[in-house]
Amino acid sequence: MGSRRLVAAFAAVAIVAAACSSSASSAAPSAAPSQAPASSAPSASPSEALAPVTIDWYHIQNNDPGKSLWQALADEYTAAHPNVTIKLTVLENEAFKAKLATDLAGGNVPDLFQSWGGGGMAEQVDAGLLKDITADVASWKDTINPGALGLYAQDGKQYGVPFDLGMVGFWYNKDQFTQAGITAPPTTWDEFLTDVGKLKAAGITPIALGGKDKWPGMFWWAYLALRAGGKDAMQNAISTGDWSGPSFVTAGTELKKLIDLDPFQKGFLAAPWDGAGGQAATMATGKAAMQLMGQWAPGTMNANSPDQKGIGDKLGWFPFPSLAGGAGAPDDAFGGGNGFVVGKDAPPETVDFLHFLVSLDAANRWGATNSGVLPTTVGSEASVTDPNMTAVLAGRAKAQYVQLYLDQATTPALGGIINDAIQTLYAGTGTPEDVVKAITDGAKTN
Amino acid sequence: MTTIEGRASRSRRARRTWIGVIPFLLPALVLYVVFVLFPIVQAVHFSLFKWNGLTPLTNFIGLANYQRALADPAFLGAISHNALIIGLSIVIQIPFALGLALVLNRRFRGRAILRLLFFVPYVISEVITGIIWQLLLQPDGPIDGAMRSVGLGDLYQPWLADPSTVLLALFVIISWKYFGFHMILLLAGLQGIPRELEEAAAVDGATRGQAIRFITLPLLGPTIRVSVFLSMIGALQLFDVVWVTTGGGPVNASNTMATYMIDWGFKRYQLGYGSAIAVILFVLAFILALAYQRFVLRRDMDGAMTGGAG
Repeated sequence: MGSRRLVAAFAAVAIVAAACSSSASSAAPSAAPSQAPASSAPSASPSEALAPVTIDWYHIQNNDPGKSLWQALADEYTAAHPNVTIKLTVLENEAFKAKLATDLAGGNVPDLFQSWGGGGMAEQVDAGLLKDITADVASWKDTINPGALGLYAQDGKQYGVPFDLGMVGFWYNKDQFTQAGITAPPTTWDEFLTDVGKLKAAGITPIALGGKDKWPGMFWWAYLALRAGGKDAMQNAISTGDWSGPSFVTAGTELKKLIDLDPFQKGFLAAPWDGAGGQAATMATGKAAMQLMGQWAPGTMNANSPDQKGIGDKLGWFPFPSLAGGAGAPDDAFGGGNGFVVGKDAPPETVDFLHFLVSLDAANRWGATNSGVLPTTVGSEASVTDPNMTAVLAGRAKAQYVQLYLDQATTPALGGIINDAIQTLYAGTGTPEDVVKAITDGAKTN
Repeated sequence: MTTIEGRASRSRRARRTWIGVIPFLLPALVLYVVFVLFPIVQAVHFSLFKWNGLTPLTNFIGLANYQRALADPAFLGAISHNALIIGLSIVIQIPFALGLALVLNRRFRGRAILRLLFFVPYVISEVITGIIWQLLLQPDGPIDGAMRSVGLGDLYQPWLADPSTVLLALFVIISWKYFGFHMILLLAGLQGIPRELEEAAAVDGATRGQAIRFITLPLLGPTIRVSVFLSMIGALQLFDVVWVTTGGGPVNASNTMATYMIDWGFKRYQLGYGSAIAVILFVLAFILALAYQRFVLRRDMDGAMTGGAG
């Protein structure tokens, strides 16, 4: 009766496994980080310049070429400054967010860490976790792109420095545009809608969209709101929490016009950005003609295609078209990037190290990787040689104002509400008026 | 036989047992207090604050987080989705597993292979399950193709992308994942039923259907009730598969209490609000578990332990 015993043993193991897994998952939610008192981390005294100093640095470039480049720069810095030790922690994006949240709640603030600026940084500033480095960077802040630098300032104080700033625009399949009889990329929203119709008529799915992740859909609404209301309307909404202005309703009605054309790939509401059946894969396999996405799109498309090459030379880029009657400047951009902020107990050497990381030499080396990081140090633009990245850089250079991604410009909680509200437009369950009401209501409680 | 022993010797023996048990129980008890009870108390504490995890706990808001949760259609929707999954599991998934167990309990060639095959989905991790089904269900994917090839192409839906079908699609995925577990559990129960009883029934002229109805099912009762219990608790805490496959969407149509909690607590950094959701989930699960044990499982304990009526 060996098989019978085996079955019983199986069942026993299964029961134990089930018991373990259920108790583990019920414990997880309540295991929120405890609020230990902020410990006073030992900081080196600034008077002894050569006293040994350790800089605790978290970054999220966990893949090459970025990972090796950061390592090389850290090694070069410590070689020139033997008293400084750089303690590197390299984390994947989501793992970084989780670790940082736990560390900050426990009062363990890294000296230098990844930040996207905006509302997430503001929460850290309000909690007193970041160091005001305004005076430290005063002598060299003009070497950094001012729009990018502004994302790391709050109330006139500088808390961090960017090393990358990209923008969202259209990545399109040149061959499919030609097939549909489109000779030049559209420059106005009306032209854009006409071109969507042409693509449909030619039997091509016009747009790939990752509706499951919500933020790719938010890009459309946010860009239209930026074109309709401009910088003032955006900044006003973000600072007052009143998103009910006419430009935001216009964004919804214009987006609705597009949605009503049914331009997206089948089942787009369940498609992620990255991964099986997602937006990047749909574009990369030639199943849709265009997508609205940031400068990282080519890299992700390559990774999501069978030959790792995406659609190769067929890929082109054009900026978001202008909107007739809109108050926004047609060149203003919607985007964001990466930078580092300085922790409250960081030793003074940290800012010097940060300066080294965004020096012209370092920025040129970043640019030469052509990896989608668009360096923000003035004069490093020429180091980028990839034609599509050069197009994005040209778009960035024209922009008088860069609106940070809405889910980063606001608090994480409101960012989530914005993404949720906009998703209802795509699902057909909400009206443009419902969207602005949901966001404005959400801003009151978050 | 405890029933014929005297009261005094019984209590003496109980005391002796306790002296022996305590040292062994203590380490587990300490771990339980530190890693289960304390976090629960802490979650209740956090749930009374508006807190993003960064600042000190100063913004006391009483029960406002609970009021907000119970007024949020998305959270009420999540509760109803959990309830629906529980209901469907009991009505469809467990009877299905029972049917399979009854078939696989008979002797025939290939039985062991089939048992193993049906059990395989349970061994695959939840995340892999989610990704497999995402691939299967994507538009123009294998399931789409299979339906078209048998002439059902018109019935095809973008299952995971349509708010009205996503929950049913998830139920199919969950059932696929867990029916093998219930089948094995029920098989183990079936093997504990003496074959002589069924043989005796057959000698007395019972049909196979009657034997199942009046002998097998009543004797399998305790196992079925445990199976239902595990299924309920599992459905209440449903997270991994949903998170990977749909993330709770589209437009909250497949949120469960657990996905809602993680979304608000850890993606939106509303740890106070997330804690309130965790407490609500805990209380609901606790009440359900206690009620079920009190009203359903107790009969089994009584019956099984003292060897009462058969």
